[in-house]
Amino acid sequence: MKVLRQILTLFALLLAATPALAQSTSGPLRIEITEGVIEPLPFATPAFVAENAAARRLADDLAAVVVADLVGSGIFREIPSAAHISGIGNFDAPVQFSDWKAVNAQALVTGAVSQRGNGQIAVKFRLFDVFAEAALGEGLQFVGPESDWRRMAHKVADAVYARLTGERGYFDSRVVFVSEAGPKDARRKRLALMDYDGANVRNLTDDRALVLAPRFSPDGNQVLYTSYETGMPRVFVLDLATMRRRALDDLPGMTFAPRFSPDGRTVLMSLSEGGNTDIYSVDLASGQRSRLTRAPSIETAPSYAPDGGQIVFESDRAGNQQLYIMQAGGGEARRISFGAGRYGTPVWSPRGDLIAFTKINKGRFHIGVMRLDGSEERLLTASFLDEGPTWSPNGRVLMFFRETPGSSGAPSLYSVDVSGRNLKRVNTPGFGSDPSWSALLK
Amino acid sequence: MKPTLAGLALLAALALAGCGQGIPNSGLNGVDTAGNFQQDSPEFFVASIGDRVLFTVDQSNLNPEAMSILDAQAAWLMQNVEFSALIEGHADEQGTREYNLALGARRASAVQSYLVSRGVANNRLTTVTYGKERPLEICSTEACWSKNRRAVTVVSAGLNS
Repeated sequence: MKVLRQILTLFALLLAATPALAQSTSGPLRIEITEGVIEPLPFATPAFVAENAAARRLADDLAAVVVADLVGSGIFREIPSAAHISGIGNFDAPVQFSDWKAVNAQALVTGAVSQRGNGQIAVKFRLFDVFAEAALGEGLQFVGPESDWRRMAHKVADAVYARLTGERGYFDSRVVFVSEAGPKDARRKRLALMDYDGANVRNLTDDRALVLAPRFSPDGNQVLYTSYETGMPRVFVLDLATMRRRALDDLPGMTFAPRFSPDGRTVLMSLSEGGNTDIYSVDLASGQRSRLTRAPSIETAPSYAPDGGQIVFESDRAGNQQLYIMQAGGGEARRISFGAGRYGTPVWSPRGDLIAFTKINKGRFHIGVMRLDGSEERLLTASFLDEGPTWSPNGRVLMFFRETPGSSGAPSLYSVDVSGRNLKRVNTPGFGSDPSWSALLK
Repeated sequence: MKPTLAGLALLAALALAGCGQGIPNSGLNGVDTAGNFQQDSPEFFVASIGDRVLFTVDQSNLNPEAMSILDAQAAWLMQNVEFSALIEGHADEQGTREYNLALGARRASAVQSYLVSRGVANNRLTTVTYGKERPLEICSTEACWSKNRRAVTVVSAGLNS
């Protein structure tokens, strides 16, 4: 897990020839992310310059990842290289804006890659507003080990996304999930980690014990999950740097459905004892726990608000699964879901404004979002079984898993914009379920 | 005890006859020369008593058929005091993972409570939930789901830790 600890150096590249930012009357190039249908913003990414011959392939691979990130967001549309009139031979030469206007590229991303000694590479990029004939922000350079080339590409794409949308990106991030294999009645499961786009999958556990529902810590260094390695479901915490794991608690009964607090110091989870399931919080440093719900009904799947002040969870206290919000210390809860069917797996958006959930109605499963008071419920997906949404770091995309029906049914990871657009499968090597999206990497 | 070939044949015959309909039959007392299961064996418990009860959607209450199976389980456990039991609670795939864990725990506990009410010592019984993680039947229709919504009593020699 050494790669997790490596920190990319990042600094603004000084540009001697940076023109003063030309302010067009309509303001800088900007695409607003709205709930409605949008027209993707056309951009061009000419082949990145290879500053030494050995960097040619790397430059191409890197540019391809940048393009895949931007196009994959659904917000940008690439002008394919076959349509380009000219390329970029020298990263510092003036841009021929007329060539890019002619192919109707509104944004231009240029880049250069060089290999340095010691396995290090440097990646430079600039972003231009073609019609304003001006750079958008300063050029940036990322330096790091070649093995992290994908992360550097994701950082370039995040910077482009941020400058063009005014919001933070989500590409330089990871997902921990359950990698599944084997037939439906003898499924083997293990924890696995991947880049947000399905690249670089690596296993975190073997498949000897059943494991479920991993969740990232806010700093990305730890993973909570439920394991049957003692024969009972029990919450464990795995340290990604050391790969050491420990049971979180020695509570009698079964524990599951863990989730970190936003400051990473507290864990919420469910304890099932004598057939009754309630929500507890556990202080990670002291092990001190407190019981937050006390009801004969099922209370589970808790998730903190981004400020840590409140908890959304599911309960069947009203007869079937519904969503409730209570204060972080427990106490009175108010029901927020009132539509037809059952609601589970609530997850609070990192922006704080929405709750994502799984809805089961008339035998169909949906991923949806609603406001904190339950209003403006929007179902984003529908299938035989969609379950377990997790938010992208910027709160614009949800990842979840979709299971196909029947005796050969199996789960795969999917993502969808919070608007309901851009539904797509995440390309993992095998079956995948229970995704948990990290924060943006440092 | 290892089941012999003849024992497995008996198991199949009992399964066909509809296992779990009655209490131990005195006609099968002791070791059969043909290799039938001993009445005090886990194999007999599975084949003749019935090791599982089924539930309706999202419910954990026991119907009369389930209660009669559990009556027989309790009687067997009272007779065979050297055995303990692990009660596994399961759910069908038509629910979310964590809710189904809680539901499976509820079902296992319902069985435990019933067995205790019939005189089985509580410290001989342990429960575990598997939620929807261990389906027996893998089709995606009610025919399979109804068999997966189950609580299974797994008996083994020795006391639970």
